[in-house]
Amino acid sequence: MSTPTRIRATLKDGGTELRMLLSHPMENGLRKDAEGKRIPAHFITELSVRRNGEVVLAADFGPSIATNPYLAFSVGGGAAGDEIVVSWRDNLGETRSDTIRVA
Amino acid sequence: MDSRRRDVLKAGGGLGIWSVLAAAGIVTPAQAQDARNVAAFEATTLDDALRALGAGNAAESGAIRIGAPDVAEDGRAVALSVASDIPRTEQIVILIEENPYKVAASFRLSGAMAPSIQTRVKMARSTRVHVLVKADGRLFAARREVTVTVGGCGT
Repeated sequence: MSTPTRIRATLKDGGTELRMLLSHPMENGLRKDAEGKRIPAHFITELSVRRNGEVVLAADFGPSIATNPYLAFSVGGGAAGDEIVVSWRDNLGETRSDTIRVA
Repeated sequence: MDSRRRDVLKAGGGLGIWSVLAAAGIVTPAQAQDARNVAAFEATTLDDALRALGAGNAAESGAIRIGAPDVAEDGRAVALSVASDIPRTEQIVILIEENPYKVAASFRLSGAMAPSIQTRVKMARSTRVHVLVKADGRLFAARREVTVTVGGCGT
């Protein structure tokens, strides 16, 4: 089981600030472990952020995004109770989706 | 699956399949745009990545701001911010020139989103960061140098 994404949403200046920390190794497939064996590629390839069901950001990632990917951005408008859903899929087909409500 | 589509799939051969399908009118350009640009993400040279992104002659723009430390102590996680002042910014792509795979991320922005994003990237060594912005269907580019003290791709 993957670890939940930590999501913060703050209403500010007529918009909603979103910050998220995803939990993922983001292995590029080129690194070697202590015994010299190659560590297989394992990284998030797709991410989407929805507000009340509407996609506000869609992203494709490569393995140059740092381990435990961090993203911060703002969307216009918003109100307390808005539903924010952060979903990802990785190169091995694993998926995860986490939801918060704007406080 | 009809034979025409099979031929197209064969011609596509996995890489750039969406553009082939789009050219054949099987998927709409909007669908193709939403699909991962596999060729760009698998590119191991900057030229190949830029070519796959269709950015060969993107216009240099001072309206793209790249925030990064001049010197990054730890290449495993370098804070990066990108903001575009170009009207109708719809896509932001970040490339790390000295990494094994050049394209770090491609962001497709909704109209609701402010054209500004912060993230953290790996840097194998001191490198140039390239940012492409697609706005109103046109591509713009900017770059910035970052010196890395300890590299972070472990290769």
